[in-house]
Amino acid sequence: MQPGEHFFRHEYGRLVASLTRLFGVHNLDLVEDVVQDAFVRALEVWGIRGTPANPSAWLMATARNRALDALRRQRTARKFAPELGRLLDSEGALAATVEELLQPGEFKDDLLRMMFSCCHPSIAENAQVALILHILCGFSVGEVASAFVAKPDAMEKRIQRAKQTLADSKTLFDTRTPREFTARLPSVRRALYLLFNEGYHGASPAAVNAELCREAIRLVTLLLGHPQGAEPATHALAALMCLHAARLPARVGPTGDLLALAHQERTRWDSGLMGQGLKLLQLSATGGELSEYHLEAGIALEHARVARSEDTDWHAIVGLYDALLLKRPSPIVALNRAIAIGERDGAEQGLAAIHAIEARDCLSIYPFYPAALGEFEYRRRCFDDAREYFRAALALARNPMERRYLQRRMAACEAGHLAKQSGLAIEPHPYAQMWRDSLDQLELGLSKL
Amino acid sequence: MNDFAFVYRGWDTSASPEDMQKTVDLWRAWFKDLEASGHLKDPGLPLDKSGSVIKGTRKLVSDGPFAEAKDVVGGFTLITAQDLQQATDLARGCPILESGGSIEVRPVLPLEM
Repeated sequence: MQPGEHFFRHEYGRLVASLTRLFGVHNLDLVEDVVQDAFVRALEVWGIRGTPANPSAWLMATARNRALDALRRQRTARKFAPELGRLLDSEGALAATVEELLQPGEFKDDLLRMMFSCCHPSIAENAQVALILHILCGFSVGEVASAFVAKPDAMEKRIQRAKQTLADSKTLFDTRTPREFTARLPSVRRALYLLFNEGYHGASPAAVNAELCREAIRLVTLLLGHPQGAEPATHALAALMCLHAARLPARVGPTGDLLALAHQERTRWDSGLMGQGLKLLQLSATGGELSEYHLEAGIALEHARVARSEDTDWHAIVGLYDALLLKRPSPIVALNRAIAIGERDGAEQGLAAIHAIEARDCLSIYPFYPAALGEFEYRRRCFDDAREYFRAALALARNPMERRYLQRRMAACEAGHLAKQSGLAIEPHPYAQMWRDSLDQLELGLSKL
Repeated sequence: MNDFAFVYRGWDTSASPEDMQKTVDLWRAWFKDLEASGHLKDPGLPLDKSGSVIKGTRKLVSDGPFAEAKDVVGGFTLITAQDLQQATDLARGCPILESGGSIEVRPVLPLEM
C-alpha cells in the first residue's frame, strides 16, 4: 500500500491521541517525542527499504515499542494512568495490555477525546485551534505559525502554554460522560468553526488555505460519527463548511487573484461538496434549536442556490443576518448585515447601516471595513471618497491577493472619476462581492487583536 | 564496473510529519532511479542512532550518541558504477542533501587474494 496524501500528518494525530491515553496527558511531551521518533525511523527504513505492507500498523508498532521502552525506563506514567500503573508491576501483562489499549478500532474515540481535551475552558480560543492543528492534524509549530501568519516564537509559546494547561488538567476529557460531553460540545464546534474560517478567510498569503478547510471538515465529520456529537448544530456546522468549501475551486482565478462571488465561474463549484452540504443541512433541520451555524449555513445556501449572482435574494439574507446578530452580536456580523442591506436597498442605505454599527472601532484594522465603505461610495459615484477608502484598505491588506484586488478597485475609482469629469456614462460595476464574501463569519482576525 | 558504498550522515530528525513524508517519497524515487539504471547493488540497511562505542586496549565502553547529530552514520547502500566520478555524480541526487545531511562515497576494495 502506498501511503496517501498527508498520511504522516494524519497518523501523527492518531498516534499522539492513542498514546496519550496510554501515558496520561501529563506526558504529552514525551508522547510527541516518541511519535516523532517513529517517523524518523520510518524515514530511515522506508526510504531505504521501501514502504511496509501496512504502514499504519508499522508506525503504531514502532511508536508503541518506543513507548514501552520509555514506560519501563521511567515509570512515571502510572501516577497519571492508574490502570496502567497497576499493570506495570507485572512486565508480562504490560505488553498484552498495551496491545489491547492500542486497538486500531479505538483511534476515532482517541481523536475525539483529544479534540475535546484541546477545547479546555482555560485555553484561549485561538490557542485551542492552534493546539488542534498541531496535535490532531500533525502540523509542526512552524507550519501552524505560517497558517496563522504568526511569528514562530509567539506560536511556540502559545502552543506550549496550551499544552501546559492540558497537562495540568491531569486527565484527558472523558467523552463517555454524556453530561460533560454535551457541555463541552459547543466549544468544540466553535474551535472547528474557527479552524475552517482561518482557512477560508484567514490572512494567509495563499488567501485560501484549503488545507485548513479540509482538516476542519475531516474533524467535524469525526464529530458527526459520535452519536452524541451529531446534534443538529453539528450538522449545520458541517453543512456550512461544505457549502463554502464547494466554492473553493472557483475562489481563486487562473492568475491567482481572488475573485468576487459575482465573477466566480459557478460551473467550477464542487457539486459533490455542494450536494453533501445540502444533505447535511436537511439533517440539521431537526429539533427546535436554531443555532448560529444554521443561520450561517442558510446564508451560504442563499448564495449557492442561485445560478446568477444578480438573482441573489438579499431580503432573505438580511433576515438571516438579523437573526445571526441576535445570536452572536459582533461588529463583523453587523458589517456583513450592513453590506447585505446595501445590496438590498442601495448604496445610501448600506453606508448608513455601516455608520450605525456600534462597535465599529473594532473593525479599524480590518481591510474589508474601509473596502466596504469604498464600494458603496463607488456605487453612488463618489469616486474620490471611494478611492481614499480603498487606499486605507490597501494599507491594511494582509496578503498580495488582497492588495491586488484593492489596487484594481482604486484603478476603477480613477477611471470612474475621469469618466465623470468628461461626462461619460459609467459602466455600472457588477456586484463586487469579494469583500462581502470575505467578511461573512470572520471573527478570528478580530479575536487576535 | 566497480562497487561503491554510499554512507549517509545526519538525518533531519526535527522535520514536520508532512516534510518527512515528502522526504520518504524523494528517497523512494531516488532508489527507483538507481535500480532502473542498474546501479543499485544492495539498498543496505539503516542504523539506529543509539548504541555503544568501545575504545582502546582498556576496552572502555561508552554509550551513544557518539558524535554530533550531523555526523552520525544513519545507513549505507552499495552501488555499482564506472568510476568514482560516476558514483559521485549519482550521489549528488541523494535526498539527504536537501535536509542538511551529507553522503560519503567510498570505493569498495576488491577482495583479491
